[in-house]
Amino acid sequence: MLKSKEFASESWLTKLGVRNYKVFTMSRAICGLLCIGLQFAVPAVAEEVSREQIKGIDEQVQEIKKDVLSISSELKLLEEKLLYPSNTQVSLFVSLPGKDKFRLDSVEVMLDGKAVATHIYSFKELEALQAGGMQRIYTGNVQTGEHLLKVGSIGKGADGKERRQTGEYRFKKGIGPGLVEINLAGAGEGGNGIGFKDW
Amino acid sequence: MTGKTLRLVALLLASGSTLANAAPSVELKDPYFGEALYYAYQQRHFDAISRLDTELVQYHGVDEPLLDSLNYHINQAEFSVGDFELGYRMHQRAGRAISAVIEGNVPPAVRNEAIYRLARLLFQTQDYANALHAIERIKGELPPGMENPIAFLKGQIYLVNGRFSDAEQIFAALEGRSGYQGFAAYNRGVTLFALGRDAKAAEAMDRAGGVAGNERETEAIRDKANLVLGSRLLEKGEAQLAGKYLERVRLDGPFSNRALLGAGWADIKRDDFKHALVPWSLLFKRNVTDPAVQEALLGVPHAYAQLGLYGKSALLYGSALDKIGSELDKLDASIDSIRQGRFMQALVREEGRENKDWVIRLRELPQTPETFYLMELMASNDFQTMLQNYLDLEDLRIRLASWSTDYAAYNDIIELRRRYYEPLLPTIDAQFRKLDSVIRLRMEQRERLDKKLNKMLVAPQPEFLATAQERISKERIDALEKSLKGKRVDADTLHRVARLKGAILWNITTNYQTRLSEAFEHLAALDKDIAALQVTYAAFVRTRQAATQSYQGYDEPIRRLALKTDNALATVNTLMARQGHLLEVMAVNELVRRRQKLEEYQVQARFALAENYDRASKAKTQEETLRLNEAQQKAAANAPATEQPAAQPAPAMEQETK
Repeated sequence: MLKSKEFASESWLTKLGVRNYKVFTMSRAICGLLCIGLQFAVPAVAEEVSREQIKGIDEQVQEIKKDVLSISSELKLLEEKLLYPSNTQVSLFVSLPGKDKFRLDSVEVMLDGKAVATHIYSFKELEALQAGGMQRIYTGNVQTGEHLLKVGSIGKGADGKERRQTGEYRFKKGIGPGLVEINLAGAGEGGNGIGFKDW
Repeated sequence: MTGKTLRLVALLLASGSTLANAAPSVELKDPYFGEALYYAYQQRHFDAISRLDTELVQYHGVDEPLLDSLNYHINQAEFSVGDFELGYRMHQRAGRAISAVIEGNVPPAVRNEAIYRLARLLFQTQDYANALHAIERIKGELPPGMENPIAFLKGQIYLVNGRFSDAEQIFAALEGRSGYQGFAAYNRGVTLFALGRDAKAAEAMDRAGGVAGNERETEAIRDKANLVLGSRLLEKGEAQLAGKYLERVRLDGPFSNRALLGAGWADIKRDDFKHALVPWSLLFKRNVTDPAVQEALLGVPHAYAQLGLYGKSALLYGSALDKIGSELDKLDASIDSIRQGRFMQALVREEGRENKDWVIRLRELPQTPETFYLMELMASNDFQTMLQNYLDLEDLRIRLASWSTDYAAYNDIIELRRRYYEPLLPTIDAQFRKLDSVIRLRMEQRERLDKKLNKMLVAPQPEFLATAQERISKERIDALEKSLKGKRVDADTLHRVARLKGAILWNITTNYQTRLSEAFEHLAALDKDIAALQVTYAAFVRTRQAATQSYQGYDEPIRRLALKTDNALATVNTLMARQGHLLEVMAVNELVRRRQKLEEYQVQARFALAENYDRASKAKTQEETLRLNEAQQKAAANAPATEQPAAQPAPAMEQETK
């Protein structure tokens, strides 16, 4: 016959770890908060995996991250020099105003009549744009001189209705790298259309 | 101060100290910095650091960094790199940079913020002794808006280092501050429990469990406080009060299973078996892989047995045994699956990581039975660290493998360019050299003219501005004068010659100012042409250089980078194997532990099933016997003259046995 006291004292309460309180870390997000909470029920790490092992491998991972970041940085510079030399390089950036309730779905970019980039936005990407980030949507090579940029965007306004907008812009590519910002500031209600900025 | 120190000092003066505050406080002036933020906001830390590192290398490499557009954001950019590194769990690199600030010659507020960041980093990496050492170095002026975060962290560090009284005082002070009520009260409760002041601890936990707010964090701390307090009271035998707190825990929160289980036990302790069935029946229907649900599988029939419903209890024990058997099979399959490497495959599946609660959602992924029993383990700090490392390594592996193939493509591009340009360049260079010498000559001529005209402004020389016709005429008159010299010539002829000479001189001298102005105008027009020539010249030189640079000077850097990439890939593969093995070991250990627990339940359920079955049979038999006896007595009373039939309990017994 099972006895209730056995249940309570030996399994459940012990698992709850009421004697082993952990600090509640306020700054963590809800997942982290849940994780900390669940630590009450997590048993000590098995003997086969020691804390030293965990720490040791963590340090090695940090070291390799540093190495790979260094390679990445070198590679980026090499790529820019090799594939997009400054005299022909042109980069197009997409930005959004943070407070706009416009839900951007996709953007299509044409440069001198050729479709050079299309992008469908995930929620994370949209949030990043609204927070002030800028997306480099295209990097390529063009000759010095004047070029025509056409941009089309599709999204939904605060009223849930689909909004399609197009805009075009002529920019002059000089001897240095060309940087053009495509600002979808006017995509929401009462907006003034797609804006451009030649950096 | 070193350059790095200066960088961080400036950064620490910036308002924010977390990734969320990395947003530019002023208008964005550098699109590449905006690009780094775009990655950072998506938690794509590698891309963010890499982008910003590249920009910073270029910024520090240019001759005039003040003219670089990143200069507007340089402080914030340097600061953000540190934040991104923390986000990418590169604590060592971030820690070293912060330490450099602390050791530098900086204002107290800046040093204190740096110390706070270092202490937080050490606390997060569970280096509690050094975290304590660091946080106690905070002295003097505090950075604006940082008083509460610093105090809260200090309390947490005191708590984990066993300085409960100090921690309690800090949390007590924080309890009254906006945004800290629930968290401070909970941690205060924990410290008071640790100090043995249970009554005060319960009061603090009660406050934390009743804190108002609909935010997820607030709801979670409320549930957590109620669960801990309820569990503590239950342990002390105060079942009634324990039940009250356990029932406060939300039914759909992460702690609801444990709360429901505890609420049931609180009722059992008060011998209220019927009431215990309410939370346990809810629990009974939930996901059977949860330990609380598994315990309820035995708890529900136990309560029925206590209520004397042995048959129902036996049936439920039977059902529990079926479920336990099925779960044991699942655990065996999971252990096998992990040993075959499928666990790691499931963890690195991209679609699972789209959501921030992806670890929780792993249970819902098809074909990953190995994850069902590992939710608690996967939520632990150690496992999370190791898992994140594994995922980061997988990400690095994919990048490195992709770069390895890129190098071959780069070499192909370079070779194609070399084949195209090399035959063309000698002819172009020869033509250019000719043109270049002509251009240089003309440039020298222009310079001479410029100097001459400028001199004439100071010392007028009208003859320099004579027209070609005037020059020819003057030369002819001079020649005539020379030929007439020593000859007998009439005065009229000499006079005519002198008049002609005088006329030319008159014209040159009287028109000098006009001519000088015209000369300057012509020089300005020439300058325009020369400027256009110089543009063309520079464009040609750049194009010529670009042609050479498009294929020259890459071999060595590419070879070096390819070698570095290969070495890094080998290291990543080794680390992945080691990290994966450790994760698998932890997972298998956890599954074995859970298996052992289920086996215990299985044994308990078997005994309980048999016992309750016996009790049910015995009760039934007793009931039947009682019924037959009553029938016999009734029959005897109605027919005293006839022979009494023998009692026939057999059918009932058989039925009962069946």
